[in-house]
Amino acid sequence: MNHLLSIEELDRPAIERIVEQATRFSEVSDREIKKVPALRGRMVLNLFYEASTRTRSSFELAAKRLSADVVNFAASGSSVEKGESLKDTVLTLSAHKPDAIVLRTPWAGASELVSKWCSAAIVNAGDGKHEHPTQALLDVYTLRRRLGGIDGASIWIVGDVAHSRVARSNIIAFQRMGARVTLAGPPTLIPRGIEALGCDVRFTLEELPSADVVYALRMQRERMHETWVPSLREYASWYQINGRRLHPRQVLMHPGPVNRGVELSGEVVDSPQAVITAQVEAGVVVRMAVLYELLAGPREPHASARPMTVAGAS
Amino acid sequence: MAAQPLVHGPQPPADLLLRDVHVLDPRSGLDARHDVCVRGGAIAELAAPATLEAEADQELIDGGGRLRLLPALFDPHVHLRTPGQEHKEDLQSGTRAAAAGGYAGVLAMPNTDPVLDSAPLLRSLRDAAAREACISIGFLPAITRGLQGEQLTEMAELRQEGAVGFTDDGRPVQSAGMLRKALQYQRLCGGVLALHEEDRTLSRGGCMHEGVVSAALGLSGIPTLSESTMVARDAALAGYEDARVHFQHLSCADSVAAVAQAKARGYRVSAEVTPHHLLLTEQDVRGMDTRMKMHPPLATEGDRLALVEGLRAGTIDCVATDHAPHARDEKEVPFEQAPMGTTGSETAFAALHTGLVLSGVLGLDLLIERMTAGAGLFDLPTALIAPGEPANVMLADLDAVWVAGEHGWESRSENCCFAGRSLTGRVLLTVAAGAAVYRERAFSMAGAP
Repeated sequence: MNHLLSIEELDRPAIERIVEQATRFSEVSDREIKKVPALRGRMVLNLFYEASTRTRSSFELAAKRLSADVVNFAASGSSVEKGESLKDTVLTLSAHKPDAIVLRTPWAGASELVSKWCSAAIVNAGDGKHEHPTQALLDVYTLRRRLGGIDGASIWIVGDVAHSRVARSNIIAFQRMGARVTLAGPPTLIPRGIEALGCDVRFTLEELPSADVVYALRMQRERMHETWVPSLREYASWYQINGRRLHPRQVLMHPGPVNRGVELSGEVVDSPQAVITAQVEAGVVVRMAVLYELLAGPREPHASARPMTVAGAS
Repeated sequence: MAAQPLVHGPQPPADLLLRDVHVLDPRSGLDARHDVCVRGGAIAELAAPATLEAEADQELIDGGGRLRLLPALFDPHVHLRTPGQEHKEDLQSGTRAAAAGGYAGVLAMPNTDPVLDSAPLLRSLRDAAAREACISIGFLPAITRGLQGEQLTEMAELRQEGAVGFTDDGRPVQSAGMLRKALQYQRLCGGVLALHEEDRTLSRGGCMHEGVVSAALGLSGIPTLSESTMVARDAALAGYEDARVHFQHLSCADSVAAVAQAKARGYRVSAEVTPHHLLLTEQDVRGMDTRMKMHPPLATEGDRLALVEGLRAGTIDCVATDHAPHARDEKEVPFEQAPMGTTGSETAFAALHTGLVLSGVLGLDLLIERMTAGAGLFDLPTALIAPGEPANVMLADLDAVWVAGEHGWESRSENCCFAGRSLTGRVLLTVAAGAAVYRERAFSMAGAP
């Protein structure tokens, strides 16, 4: 593996390999000295075009526990508007010869583009509404620890699917690991055509009791101004996961940060069903496994480009 | 008296003997081998193959019975980016690109900087075209000032200054009331109104077709009904006002159906379609290649097939490229940030010949008819291969295989959605308004001095 650009490009054995490596690293986190020398002398560059505290610090911690050097570069969205393009920024920072670049941008496909412009291993830490592969990996890791396995599990992803890169990566990852995925949310926030990814779509939570896992998505307040839903109050009354709706045998997940009282009621956040803090913990060991996978072994040569054809030609 | 609608730069008239070429012209009914003598920029004589001899001052091109002589093409939709965005294209590079694609005439869109919306600007652009353009350019100034959709341009004065018609391409008229006024005003000034159809409340912020691919990639989608509802609305307006409108770059099955319905009712409407909408679909956007980002977006295979059938049946009257050049650094950005548009002048004929003719979907004669029909739709003369006509012809090698862009482009920009694809059929020579304006680089002429 040269880069981690999407879950789409990982098959089940690759996902399992990373998750198993993360399990081995979890022992490091329990030690008094939480550090191994695996990536000593390697440099990891965090390049974030969007505000992010938890993902960035999780990557930073992961790199440091592997003894890599870490440089954080926060490019505000406006620096692009001021004139420097993503390509120029990446080429400039590449002069520091990073071994890996962890990239978060508001633009789908940006990490794949960057992977063509420099020789560093690229880790997609979120590209627009497209993918957030390390989130999906840590969710798989967390669920496997909690349930033992994911095969055959029914997982409901509830909320604003349209604007969620977490949803897209998790739909793919959960299905690759053998789960059945159902999306639920208001029709304005479920993108047309999403069922082509193999999942079911529901517009109410009537059948939620059949779920083994309830994965709630963050409902962003700015969506209200764009009239995606009439009000947060109405959204909460139809889609909030609360004590009435969550069954004791179900597992509750959330990518954070939580809007208490919107997508989750306070009581379920603090309930034994919730694994939200376990997800945060898993974030570090899974990202250690990803960096280790990308940087510890020899680099593979680039795959050749696909041949192009004209549609309609035989 | 209004000015001549088409302008081109000074070019010496050609004296050519095109010997033993296979002439195909659906309008003059020719489909056989001939010798074609071009004298002083006009077609002087058609004779039996290999019977004419070149005179001393005449260039001889031997087609060997194999090379095709076709009427030169007409493109009713290009962006020449002048004035204001000459780093993308200018009148010279844009017309050279068109000539390389076999075109003898193009219609330029007004979404320039400043917008082409006044007679003085049109006059200065036409003056520039009379110096720089290697083929004929007609200009379509804006329907509304600054493309703002709020106030009509001085359409009558613009017509006197040589406006072929009017369009708010790129920033379409949203208000039905505004468009109705333009349609009413057409009774005074004439000129076809060319309409880019898009309801921006439906397409808002979208960057590709709304469907399975946009859902998978997490890109905001543009539903096809943002186009088809506006086609239906504006067809109704045109019918009510008995106005003449032309629908630009149709992209979906519902729009084709709306045009068919309008034509069945006798409304004076016509439509165009681009090579990329005839050959590519949303699946080609999966790799998020910004050359595949255009307005309207590439839709489904079902839409593509409906467009091909619409073109075949004549519901769609002509092919237009919507040649939309952008500089490399403008396109070398994440998909959502990239500007809309693909270049198309240089690949249109070869791509359609490869994708539709060689695969048996359309006949070559029908393709040529549709690639030349744009002129007549805008009341301009159509290229005709017949004695006494001005020479507007292209010579093509239909067996030549080439990779689009492998030797660079005549256009100043390279954002072509067909770049890197193997195409069959190549333009070797273009004669426009009587002058030999383009020769393929490797094309050597037997008997050339």
